[in-house]
Amino acid sequence: MAKLNEKNIIKKILTQIPIILLFISVLNNFDFNYLNLKYFSFNFSYILIFYFSLKRNSSLGYSFIFIAGLFNDVVNGTPIGMSSLIFLLLCGVAAYLRAITLRKSLIKDWISFVLTILMINSLSFVIFNLFFNYEVSYISQMVNVVFTSLLYFIFSFLFNFIEGNFNVR
Amino acid sequence: METSRDDFVIAIRSSFLNKGTQQRFSLLGLIIFSILFLILGGINFKPINYLKIAIKEIVYRSTFIVSTPENFIKESYLKVQTHLNLYNINKKNELEVANLRAKDLLNEFIVLENKRLKKIVDDYLVESESTFAKVLSDKNSPFFKSIIVNKGSKHGINLGSIVMDNEYLVGKIVEVNFTSSRVLLLSDLNSKIPVILEPIGLLSILSGTGEDYGTIQYNKNESIVESDVIIYTSGIGDLFKAGIPVGKITINNSENEDQKIEFFSDFAQLKFVKILSFKKEEN
Repeated sequence: MAKLNEKNIIKKILTQIPIILLFISVLNNFDFNYLNLKYFSFNFSYILIFYFSLKRNSSLGYSFIFIAGLFNDVVNGTPIGMSSLIFLLLCGVAAYLRAITLRKSLIKDWISFVLTILMINSLSFVIFNLFFNYEVSYISQMVNVVFTSLLYFIFSFLFNFIEGNFNVR
Repeated sequence: METSRDDFVIAIRSSFLNKGTQQRFSLLGLIIFSILFLILGGINFKPINYLKIAIKEIVYRSTFIVSTPENFIKESYLKVQTHLNLYNINKKNELEVANLRAKDLLNEFIVLENKRLKKIVDDYLVESESTFAKVLSDKNSPFFKSIIVNKGSKHGINLGSIVMDNEYLVGKIVEVNFTSSRVLLLSDLNSKIPVILEPIGLLSILSGTGEDYGTIQYNKNESIVESDVIIYTSGIGDLFKAGIPVGKITINNSENEDQKIEFFSDFAQLKFVKILSFKKEEN
C-alpha cells in the first residue's frame, strides 16, 4: 500500500513537470548569452506550450500559462499581458489542431507550429510598434523564429522519449 | 458545405470555450483578460500598476533564485575559458600596463587642469550619490537588452540615474521598484545617448542595435570616423556627465553601413554595477 502511494506521488510530480519547466523557463536566464553566439536565440516557452497543449492538454492549465505569461512580461520588461496573450493564442491554435486532427504526424505539427509562431511574432511586432512605440529588431525576431522552429523537433523527440520511458501520461 | 462549416465551428468552440479539468476560466476568457491587461497597462490604470509592482517584487527575487543553477554553469564556463586564455592575456596585460603607467602621469596633469577649467565655466559636475548594486537577472531577451539590479527606491535610486561597470558606462535606470530596478543597457535598440568621438571631437548619438555592439547615428560625414576612435559621453542635454568612456570603433564598414561600436564593458558578464547621479558642485 505504501509502495503504491509512493508510486502515485512520483507520478503526480512527473505530471507536473511541464508546469515546473514552464515557470523555470520564464524565470530563468535561459538564453545562453554568455556563449556570445551572435545569431542564436530561441523561445523554449513556445515549444513547451505548443507541444503540451497539442499532446497532453491536461498537463498545462490555461491559468498557469496566463500567470507564466505575466511573469515573462515582468522579467523581459515587456508590457504586462503581452506574453500571456501570445502564450494563450499559441494554446488556442494547438487546441484547435488537436480538435481537428485524426492522425498525428510530427511534420504536420511542425508546420502548424512554424505558421503559428510566425503569426504570433508578427502580432507582437505590430503591438510593440503601433501601440507601445518599442523598436524591435527584425533580424532578432527572424533568428528567434528559425531556431525555435528548428529546436521544436529536438524537444519533441526529447519529450516523447521522456514520456515513453518514464510512463508520464 | 454546411457540415464542414459546422465542424469548424465545433472545433473552434471546443478549443476556445470549453474549460479543461480544474479550469476556472476558458481560453477565450483568459485571452480577453490578457487584452484587458494590455490596454489598461497602456493607459496607466492604477490597479494594474499596483499589480505590476507586486508581481515585479516577487518575480525579480524568484528569477535570481531560479537562475542559480544556470548561473553556476555560466560562471564555470567563463572560468574555464579564462584559464585557457591565461597565458595570452597575461602577455597582453604586461604590455598594456607598461603603456598605461607612462600615460597615467600625463593624465593626472590633464585631469587636474580640466577640473580647474570646468569650475571656471561652471560646468563641473560632482558625484552626488553612488550605490553598488548586485545584478539579479541579466535576461537578455532577443528583443530587449536590460538587467535587473537589487537596489530600488528604498535605497534612493532615481529614474534616469546612470549605471557603470567600473569606470565604463553600462546604461541608465528606466524602472524603479521598491527593492529593485531595471537598467536599460546601451546595446538595447531603444537606447540613444549623446556622445563625443575623440580625438576628432565629433558630436553624435550612440544608438543600441539589439546586438552586442552599438552604432553612431546622425553624423553628417561618415568618412571622418576612423578606427581607434574612443567614444565618451558628451554631457549634452544633461543626461550624462561628460567624459564617461563608452566604447571604441572597431570596424570601419562600407559607406552604406553604420559604424560598429564595441562597448568597453561586457554586458553578458555583469555581476555588480555602480549606480550614480551627478549634480553641479556648490560653491
